[in-house]
Amino acid sequence: MNHDSYQDSYIAGILAQAKAIAMVGASAGSNRPSYFAMKYLLGKGYAIFPVNPTLRGKEIQGRKVYAALADLPGPVDMVDIFRNSAAAAEIVREAIALKKKLGIGVIWMQLGVRNDRAATEAEAAGLKVVMNRCPKIEYGRLSGEIGWAGVNAGILSSKRPLLSGAGVQSHVIGGKR
Amino acid sequence: MPQPKDAQPGFATLAIHAGAAPDPSTGARVTPIYQTTSYVFNDVDHAAALFNLEVFGNIYTRIGGPTQAVLEQRIAALEGGTAALAVASGHAAQVLAFHTLMQTGDEFVAGRQLYGGSVNQFNHSFKKFNWKVAWADATRPETFDAAITPKTKAIFCESIANPGGIVVDLPAVSAIAKKAGVPLIVDNTLATPYLCRPKEFGADIVIHSLTKFMGGHGNSIGGAIVDCGSFDWLSSKRRYPTLTEPNPSYNGMRLAETFGNFAYAIACRVLGLRDIGPALSPFNAFLILTGIETLPLRMAKHCENALVVAKFLAKHKQVEWVNYAGLPSNPYNALAKKICPKGAGSVFTFGLKGGYKAGVKLVSNVKLLSHLANIGDVRSLIIHPASTTHRQLTDEQRKAAGAGDDVVRLSIGLEDASDIIADLNQALAAK
Repeated sequence: MNHDSYQDSYIAGILAQAKAIAMVGASAGSNRPSYFAMKYLLGKGYAIFPVNPTLRGKEIQGRKVYAALADLPGPVDMVDIFRNSAAAAEIVREAIALKKKLGIGVIWMQLGVRNDRAATEAEAAGLKVVMNRCPKIEYGRLSGEIGWAGVNAGILSSKRPLLSGAGVQSHVIGGKR
Repeated sequence: MPQPKDAQPGFATLAIHAGAAPDPSTGARVTPIYQTTSYVFNDVDHAAALFNLEVFGNIYTRIGGPTQAVLEQRIAALEGGTAALAVASGHAAQVLAFHTLMQTGDEFVAGRQLYGGSVNQFNHSFKKFNWKVAWADATRPETFDAAITPKTKAIFCESIANPGGIVVDLPAVSAIAKKAGVPLIVDNTLATPYLCRPKEFGADIVIHSLTKFMGGHGNSIGGAIVDCGSFDWLSSKRRYPTLTEPNPSYNGMRLAETFGNFAYAIACRVLGLRDIGPALSPFNAFLILTGIETLPLRMAKHCENALVVAKFLAKHKQVEWVNYAGLPSNPYNALAKKICPKGAGSVFTFGLKGGYKAGVKLVSNVKLLSHLANIGDVRSLIIHPASTTHRQLTDEQRKAAGAGDDVVRLSIGLEDASDIIADLNQALAAK
């Protein structure tokens, strides 16, 4: 799999199917990228499980923080890694080990996080991988919302954007692209 | 197995479609003109999230709006950039572009072959902000290198330089910018992305006066900043604190960290445009957007007409010289073939035998060309800088600015070339 660029249908499929996301390296700081991504994705209806051993037992944006993936109570479709590229390797290994128990299907690494070796391991274990991307930015791009910030979404479509129905200025991603 | 990236649409397709989609609630196909100052919130939490940049959305038209947003996406797509910001004018675009990069006392290097308005802005108002310009010669890229100091934060030049006839060796200037570790800003107004995409030659930021060829119809003032997404602010050895330091007005957020390769465009909007306020009217955005839909067709015709007119003038007995990079004899013709192979634009100058008086007589006698200060219109335009825009200067200053007594500037439009020539002919012959 080429991880230098992804087809929109690949990313859209992942974001449309995922219901629960574990954010490993989630921060309580409201000016941190993980906080922004969490807030946005919660608003789009995803269940978010923050994972950060230093904040174990506390809450971020009303969501209980877990110490490790192994402690998660319920199914998680996607593991979203907010740690550096080196740390990502260990997290991927944990996710592979917990794949059956938690129903993990996707490893996602944030902007600037890329570990090709870990990606190969994850893919060999049957997981989908996305690297060096932010799910908030990708959701914004694919739903059309990011266009309001003047960002080039790189998508041409003569189809109407899909409204979430929950208030003004709220789009959703379609199931199929 | 390597997966191909989604196939890239062609330029003409992007010019019509990039950024646009049917309106989700009405199905309106053409971008609506959101002539509103403000946008309702769902509730107080939604409002707070918008102000904190936690969710995407419109708040207040000083900062942006859906009509302007389509224009911004359109321009970003055409330039190959990651994002763009549309503002009230090209001048405003320049102020905000530098405002994001410069702290007081910082310097930038600019090629002196620029639109006169930019020269004034850099020498006067920027000086007032204590942003210091160091002038280089855009026809000799090594002079940019010589002007770099530890305080330099950017290099600025045009692609096809106003008033025409000079094309800048962008790869050479870009190499100097990269060596110095500063972003290269290119004003691409005269070329438009149809003729030249500065990002392909190493530009990090592209500026437009949308007033000109982009809008193309002489009806709306506007400007744009394009983020090429190519400069690594966080790794830079030179400091760009606006992008890399915790921002006090956004709760300590570091923009370059949160917004990745479109952080520069976001900063220009949520800091510069927010505080300085040169907002583009939604109606102007709509008109400019409509103009852009025919950009490839218009630019091709502009270049075709300009070459015909330039060749006619080069043979005219009352014309001493013609300065158009599209002419094979022009010293920049070879460079133009590399930088803007589809054409050298349609703005150029020529010199009249008979100097100042001949210039005044010519502009007074045209009946089809319009005597006014603008370029990049469907209408052909003419001006004699020495008796108008540069009248206040001394003879020496005029010469240095390329506005000597004999200089006439043309912006060739889309009329039938034979009619443009006929008008110039009769005006030159008039007593």
